[in-house]
Amino acid sequence: MSPSVISRLMNPAGSKSPAAGELAGMGIVLGVLVVSFSLLSDRFLTGATFDSIAFQLPELGLLALAMLIPLLSGGLNLAITFSANFSALVMAWVVGWLGGPEAGMSGILLGMLAALLSGALIGWALGAIVAYTGAHPILASLAMMIFLRGLGEFLTRGGSVSGFPDALVGLGQGTWLGIPVPLLVFAACAALWALILNRTRLGFSIYMLGSNTEATRYSGISTRRALTLVYVLSGVMCAVAGIIMTSRFNSVRVGHGEAYLLITVLACFLGRVDPFGGFGRVAPVVMALIILQVISSGLNLLGTNQHLATALWGGILIAVMVVRYLWGRLRDRRRRRR
Amino acid sequence: MRKFLPRLGSTELWLIAVIAVICGGLALTTDTFLTLVNLLDLLNYSAVNVIFAAGLLVVLVAGGIDISFAVAASVVQYLVATTLLSLGGGGWVLGFALSIGFGALLGAFNAALIHHFRIISIVVTIATFNLFFGLLMFFTDGVSIYNLPDWLVERVVLFEHETANGWAELTLPVAVMAVVVLATWLLLRRLNLGRQLFAMGDNPEAARRLGIGIAKMHYLAYGWLGACAGIAGLMQMHYAQEVVPNALYGRELDVLAAVVLGGARLGGGRGTLLGAVLGLALIAITQNGLNLLGISPYAFRMIVGAIILIAICMSGETLDVLRTRLARRRAAPRQEVLS
Amino acid sequence: MHTPIHSQPGDIDPGPWLLRLEHVSKRFGGVQALDDIAFNVRPGEVLCLAGENGCGKSTLIKTVSGVHAPEPGAVMQWDGQDMLGIDPARARELGIQVIWQDLALFPEMSVAENIAFERNLGRRPRLVKTAAMRAQAAEILDSLGVNIDLDARVASLSIANRQLVAIARALIANARLVFMDEPTASLSRHETEALIDIVRRLSAQGIAVVFVSHRLAEVLDICSRVTVLRDGCYVGTYSTEGMTQSRLTELMTGRQFDYRTRPAPTGDGEPRLSVRGLTRQGEYRDIDLDIRPGEIVGLTGRLGAGRTELALSLFGMRRPERGQILLDGRPLRMTSNRDAIRAGIAYVSEDRLSLGLVQQQAIADNIAITVLGRLLNRAGLLSPRRQTGLVADWIRRLKVKVGSPQDPVSSLSGGNQQRIVLAKWLATEPRLLILDSPTVGVDVGARAGIFEIVAELAAQGMAILLISDETPEVYFNADRVLHMRDGRLVESFIPAHTELERIEEAVHA
Repeated sequence: MSPSVISRLMNPAGSKSPAAGELAGMGIVLGVLVVSFSLLSDRFLTGATFDSIAFQLPELGLLALAMLIPLLSGGLNLAITFSANFSALVMAWVVGWLGGPEAGMSGILLGMLAALLSGALIGWALGAIVAYTGAHPILASLAMMIFLRGLGEFLTRGGSVSGFPDALVGLGQGTWLGIPVPLLVFAACAALWALILNRTRLGFSIYMLGSNTEATRYSGISTRRALTLVYVLSGVMCAVAGIIMTSRFNSVRVGHGEAYLLITVLACFLGRVDPFGGFGRVAPVVMALIILQVISSGLNLLGTNQHLATALWGGILIAVMVVRYLWGRLRDRRRRRR
Repeated sequence: MRKFLPRLGSTELWLIAVIAVICGGLALTTDTFLTLVNLLDLLNYSAVNVIFAAGLLVVLVAGGIDISFAVAASVVQYLVATTLLSLGGGGWVLGFALSIGFGALLGAFNAALIHHFRIISIVVTIATFNLFFGLLMFFTDGVSIYNLPDWLVERVVLFEHETANGWAELTLPVAVMAVVVLATWLLLRRLNLGRQLFAMGDNPEAARRLGIGIAKMHYLAYGWLGACAGIAGLMQMHYAQEVVPNALYGRELDVLAAVVLGGARLGGGRGTLLGAVLGLALIAITQNGLNLLGISPYAFRMIVGAIILIAICMSGETLDVLRTRLARRRAAPRQEVLS
Repeated sequence: MHTPIHSQPGDIDPGPWLLRLEHVSKRFGGVQALDDIAFNVRPGEVLCLAGENGCGKSTLIKTVSGVHAPEPGAVMQWDGQDMLGIDPARARELGIQVIWQDLALFPEMSVAENIAFERNLGRRPRLVKTAAMRAQAAEILDSLGVNIDLDARVASLSIANRQLVAIARALIANARLVFMDEPTASLSRHETEALIDIVRRLSAQGIAVVFVSHRLAEVLDICSRVTVLRDGCYVGTYSTEGMTQSRLTELMTGRQFDYRTRPAPTGDGEPRLSVRGLTRQGEYRDIDLDIRPGEIVGLTGRLGAGRTELALSLFGMRRPERGQILLDGRPLRMTSNRDAIRAGIAYVSEDRLSLGLVQQQAIADNIAITVLGRLLNRAGLLSPRRQTGLVADWIRRLKVKVGSPQDPVSSLSGGNQQRIVLAKWLATEPRLLILDSPTVGVDVGARAGIFEIVAELAAQGMAILLISDETPEVYFNADRVLHMRDGRLVESFIPAHTELERIEEAVHA
């Protein structure tokens, strides 16, 4: 009894079930933002704003998905941005080797496959270290991040790699039925993540071991294998993010997207992912990403720079956590009175 | 070995061994590594990171984590520089007082959110990381400050000695580092408050039942780190002779990696200053050595990252697990036959 | 017959109470942990606080020591002065010391620092006096008659030594009242006797001791009075003069127990489980064990005797170095507990809070976790419909009282949690069920329910290994009782042919 009270106090993120309430709350925040921005600027509610959001959201969004699963498992993957860069580099090399700008569709596909494989490999190495040495994921992924950044910088001499076929660039900049392709890719990946987390044994195990690895192991789940796969999945999603980033900018540079790293963690926390692991869903995280992107695009329209948006992101996370805490206390007090 | 070094943990011994091997190798392969000039340069260069590490260790020991300290140091640099300029100069005393004050204030902001609203430290400090950095960049527009007061940018040489390889110098940041390390050691090892910090990180529930003031401990830990970050910011400003808003951006993760490598446990209760310093030393010496060996600077991080990864895989705990497994296997040669 | 000597504590001579509590209540969320408790202690007396697990003893101790504040309306006096609103620091200043059941030590710190941590307390900065702390710690350990390395990390100590450190820590201060919550749970007889000597010495010095122990003989031996709690309520305070163990049990549980042992086993049929010469260095040695289908074998012994280690080896989680495990005559080679589960072995952990269940997660998921493979649909995805069906089925079959299967397990009472543990293992259709201390933190009524289920499972032909350090529990619920000491099975008893006292004597000697 008292442990549960304490855990509830410590862990206001709550359970998986009241998803509707979560989403509704975040919907209200989003609505308020949209209304206030459209009052502040008559250019806000236009196709241009939608386009800018639709093209920017996927990069951060895919990386946030890559961060989400390790967070659910009670860990963290600080190597995501450089895993994305490195996988993109692998793709660049394979495509370059198969003809560069003249590479055909098969070359592009092979390049993507190579990127996904390298992402998986990086994730596997990191996952194995976390699962088998018992090193803290923060330390392990930090070391992996430093290593990947160094390896990438070493191999590219700090420069960027460019020269991709038009078809690949179309992936990052094109539209399909009027919807930007990156957004479609992001939507597909988010759906895949939701499917894995909700409907597979692996997803089930991730939630359980995120709350209590030992109890999960005692229940006959191979927690080491599951933990390794957590980082493999994360690495694969990094590779997808790397491919999208490459196709959007038509070049790869190690360090691209570096600033997204802690923003992805922020987005996950805002999306009610429990920092201790075990709880969190894809939909609220996507919602949080949209909120962050609307703030960023709206402030951009108002003529301020990205930095104010960054500050506001941090401020909003603090505000949301404080409100959640106060709300929880209010509810407890009311329950006690009854 | 254990008998003669009873106070050293396995992590420290392991790091000392690795550093000794690297130093030995560098001493043999280069003729510049083992010179006074190079070693003092290494110290001058590392002082800022050691100051950060000392502060971070206090927070880690108390069971928290802080991502925002490096950015907070940048904020402090700006606040101190603009305050000093508006006051028409000032001096070292005012500079230190302002740095410590502003730094501790930012740390206390983290502590307040962590303690009064029960938000865990990683969430708070990732939020304040973005808040501090965003506001700093917004208000400064990313513009650096170059016209710092003269006393601040003038190099303070505490010791110099001419050698065959040039002048060997020991500068102010090293002395400040020594003072900060000593003060942190005093806090963590010799003061009851430090022991209470350890206790809180080790077993928070037991600490609460013993009547340790948890609020005070939070303010102490994050305030201490904030003050250290402020001092580190001042020293970095002095060393670089300018204030660049994103100069320290990203430093937090490097320092965190080194401190955790040095045996500080994420989750609290365990960690030594010696370990933190050794963790930083391993990285600094490796970089220095690679530089002296004429290896492309682009390869530095790769090698440092690889060394940390290897160190993780071969850390004392992993080795212990392997050793006991081997011992058990050796003790059980007949099992295969029987079962 | 024993009538309470003062069911209303105010009735008897209003001696100078050291501690006087009345109308103390405490709620956690929806749980009433303490309900209108009265509790008085005289200076220098040795008083027993008795009650089953979960009766509110620990909450009462936490309330007196300032960890929890009671609900409004409570009377709490110390030396006749109001002590409401105290915090732990103030409680220590008053002279209230506690030996916590969970010890509440600092595992990363040295023995000396743990014992003398008192000296580190206080809100003012002060230098740590290492030498003085060591000397003080050495002195107190000496008076306890034990020898523990002062520089050892507490995490590296055995459970018994940790308990001694916790005892030493409480005795080092200038205490006027010491709560001892199960201080002897893992001590040897010699150490227990030393502790009891200390308790008598404290009492002679005018220091009051409140003793909590489930070893009733011990309680009746050293205490002059006993206060009984049941389900968070005050039952009464009684003199130990002429009190018997069975009478005390009756007061604690609130019912007359016509415990009967199970009939003597008939001893035919092939064994389901056979263990031959099983050995793992430093944990257990040369274990031979047979369990037949339908048989409940009890395994008892002191904490640290190697019972759990043996169970974990049978469950594939600790590789034995020598010996054989046979299930239905077939030798098992297990590399993990997945092999054990596949072979039909289930293990109910002694540590329900951190190993038995994932407390924060949903009841439904905790039941399904062992049989995920059976919940897949044709596409290979988990079927929520199948899971709902499975969960509803088990909740019904084991009569678990739940609000919604989506609630976290932590919202359930201990007894219902244990039923969830049983459900998740029975879902795997085990042939051998290992129950490791299955009634820890389960209240009395619920215990009987759990053992009804266990007896029924045995009747259906399941082989059951029941591990417990509560000797009566194995005595009344097993067909055979094995006594484990220092890693060996030393004796075997048939409860139907043996007196309970004889087994208790053997275990605690």
